[in-house]
Amino acid sequence: MEFFRIKRTIPFMRNALALNLISAITFVAAVIFIVLRGFNLSIEFTGGTVMELTYQETAPLLEVRQVISSLGYTDFQVQNFGTSRDVMIRLPLLPGLSSANQSTSVIAALQAANQAPELRRVEFVGPQVGRELIENGLLALLFVILGIVAYLAVRFEWKFAVAGVIANLHDVVIILGFFAFFQWEFSLSVLAGVLAVLGYSVNESVVIMDRIRETFRKERTASVQNVIDCAITQTISRTIITHGSTQMMVLAMLIFGGPTLHYFALALTIGIWFGIYSSVFVAAAIAMWLGVKREDLVKPIKKDDTVEEIYTE
Amino acid sequence: MNRYPLWKYITVVVALVVGLLYTLPNFFGESPAVQVSSAKVTLKIEPSMLDQVGAILKQANLETTASNFEINGPVGTVRFRFKTTDEQIVARDVIEKALNPDPNNPSYIVALNLLPASPAWLSALGANPMYLGLDLRGGVHFLLEVDMKGALTSRYDALITDFSAALRDQKITVDGIERNGNSVALKFRDDVTREAAQNALSRRFSNLQWQQPPPEAGSWTLISTLSETAVNTVQASAIKQNIVTLHNRINELGVSEPIIQQQGANRIVVQLPGVQDVAKAKDILGRTATLEVRMVDDSPAATAALAAGTTPFGLERYQDRDGRPLLLRRQVILTGENLQDAQAGRDSQNQQAAVHLTLDSKGTRIFRDITRDNIGKRMAILLFEKGRGEVVTAPVIRSEIPGGQVQISGSMSAEEAADTALLLRAGSLAAPMEIIEERTIGPSLGAENIAKGFNATLWGFVGVAVFMIVYYRLFGLFSAIGLSFNVLLLLALLSLLQSTLTLPGIAAIALALGMAIDANVLINERIREELRNGEPPQRAIQLGFDRAWSTILDSNLTTLIVGIALLIFGSGPVRGFAVVHCLGILTSMFSAVVGVRALVNLTHGNRKKILGLSIGTVWKAKD
Repeated sequence: MEFFRIKRTIPFMRNALALNLISAITFVAAVIFIVLRGFNLSIEFTGGTVMELTYQETAPLLEVRQVISSLGYTDFQVQNFGTSRDVMIRLPLLPGLSSANQSTSVIAALQAANQAPELRRVEFVGPQVGRELIENGLLALLFVILGIVAYLAVRFEWKFAVAGVIANLHDVVIILGFFAFFQWEFSLSVLAGVLAVLGYSVNESVVIMDRIRETFRKERTASVQNVIDCAITQTISRTIITHGSTQMMVLAMLIFGGPTLHYFALALTIGIWFGIYSSVFVAAAIAMWLGVKREDLVKPIKKDDTVEEIYTE
Repeated sequence: MNRYPLWKYITVVVALVVGLLYTLPNFFGESPAVQVSSAKVTLKIEPSMLDQVGAILKQANLETTASNFEINGPVGTVRFRFKTTDEQIVARDVIEKALNPDPNNPSYIVALNLLPASPAWLSALGANPMYLGLDLRGGVHFLLEVDMKGALTSRYDALITDFSAALRDQKITVDGIERNGNSVALKFRDDVTREAAQNALSRRFSNLQWQQPPPEAGSWTLISTLSETAVNTVQASAIKQNIVTLHNRINELGVSEPIIQQQGANRIVVQLPGVQDVAKAKDILGRTATLEVRMVDDSPAATAALAAGTTPFGLERYQDRDGRPLLLRRQVILTGENLQDAQAGRDSQNQQAAVHLTLDSKGTRIFRDITRDNIGKRMAILLFEKGRGEVVTAPVIRSEIPGGQVQISGSMSAEEAADTALLLRAGSLAAPMEIIEERTIGPSLGAENIAKGFNATLWGFVGVAVFMIVYYRLFGLFSAIGLSFNVLLLLALLSLLQSTLTLPGIAAIALALGMAIDANVLINERIREELRNGEPPQRAIQLGFDRAWSTILDSNLTTLIVGIALLIFGSGPVRGFAVVHCLGILTSMFSAVVGVRALVNLTHGNRKKILGLSIGTVWKAKD
């Protein structure tokens, strides 16, 4: 079986300008959504309320979940706590409601249901922890960007480093734009997913850059645009198969992973698709605009480079 | 051409065996157990406890599947395993009733527990199941209440000492100072003295409120209370210090991602993910002793009162560890706050076992004054646990102790010295705490999350494996085997490192598999490409692996940079994700590059003539 029966080099870079324009527009739109709508941050970042209830008999967890979701909560947790009769409910803060009001409305709704629970404890998660989490998240982002730029600059060339990082930020910002636009809940695991996408997307760009370098070595006369097209054509089947496999994993998470992993998997899904797009059209194109040349990559012949040895037959 | 030296095969086989060995404990599950440990710092659990509890269980016709004694530092614990949770709960109640006749004053902590059911020989190899986080296996949740009254009381007691010192400096005669609930009452012989005293004291101590009630029976009283801000400061600093102390203690427990937070004005929440060892956690947290140093009254009058069983005014009766009564002055000289460290050691002169104390600057000053004035008298070090005080030691003051370095020695063994030092160190809580709520997070959600994570990983894996086999045939099978090898190594590493596995961690395993297949795809595509270019099969294999390697290395290293960043800056779920992510990158590189290559070499390397490779259709463009 072979999916990709590619007869000749596909001219990916021919429409680079148009595609890059689309990218730029999407990027700006994402930024606008982030700025205007902001994120629907989870309890971890914003604080929230934790309630503890006791039922006379085994607590009807399903019913409790239904009642609370009918009140308009999306990311709440209902779980047994200690015994099967105790229920712990975690609620995000709703703007305009104090934690006392919040618990009152929930307990009233629950007591209207068949089994009336007894309210044991109301707990409040302060927002001060959130600030620290956001700070650390931004620091992580900065560290990742610097680390990747440094690595790519040493291993390849600064133009590729810049192109790679812009392509990745493009992916990350677009994922964030989706979360802002749809107001999906942004939790700590989503943050982990977003940062993982950053690594994943770099991975993709690196594979293509590797190929570009290799093609530069092999094809001594081809134009820069041809070389890039050729490299992308050669790796396109691998790109799609790899991403397909990863997407299969992520899809399984989306289907079986339950609510905790839902948005995490969603962030990865967006990241994977935009990752393909950005490494093919954004990273390579930016490197091209920056004026990547054969001399940039091939000039310093390193004797310890294994790839080099194979080619100098 | 495609042959591995023997050592490379051996490396792969060793990795496989080690992987299997350390993954194995995860399949045995856990068995219910009951755990008995000491509830009092002064009570030690000895191996003989096994027989004692064993006899109790035998009497109740309860059968244990295994029992063991473990000593962890100075703390001994016995554990009994049962077949079912029903038996476990019955056994807990039976043991509790037998060991703690007085439920209000328990001597032992009897707790439910889960023990890994893996065989002993695996545990002996250090092979233990993975540590699951609070979201997967539940965990312990404590709500501790800080005894604010206690904190205030000790503040007032300290004030008494400060007041008398200040009045002595000012040469103002005071007839009596005592604490009345939450105030200090000073008695003077006339109004003028009272006025002078108030002036002197309010100059020296801020944040106090003064009251002058009308004189009674020729005695003028001055009442001092802490202002509201002072009360708040005392309480805030007490809870802060307790949280710091709890942090240190929990660090000793080795829990990853513990949550220790203040809740409300006087409560502290402690959540220990993955800890089923409730008894130990409770023991470490609940052993919240406070320390006081007071003078012993050995005057003839006090000795007579002691013999008569009465307690004169201004004195309090306490017992020492052997049950002998002592009469102590009410006045508190020092508290645990002033004690910086306590270590067991030896007397430099006679090599007797001793406890060395280090005091802070305030403690040093007070101690110097007290020891100078009271040579030949005894001072008692009192330990308060759950509101009951006990004299740990009551040494005689031999000389003035100026430097804040105190040594307690006498008729004690090295073990007793170590115990006393531990007790004194435990006294560094600013105010006593009691666990008012203790829950384990129900396993229902945990089990649900494990099932979800497992299913997601399994079906994702199956999908990828089937696709690889269909698309790449034999080489796809090799890739799938390599992927299983990767899972095995990853699980083994996680078990070996005992890092906490959370649901995001499981997600990272799934993601690691999805990304690990990248290396295989790179290699297989490369081999196909070489075949397409007309290379013979053996050479195509070699070129395919070699040329893919630099790309695999580059892409994995950049991914690793991300993983490390997450590890450094992440907290909670992010860190759980990052650990698995980083480990997954390392294992996937090994399994895809070394493991799969070994398989290919083993099956293809020795064949002279290979007509074609089973790597799916190698399509060539007709040109």
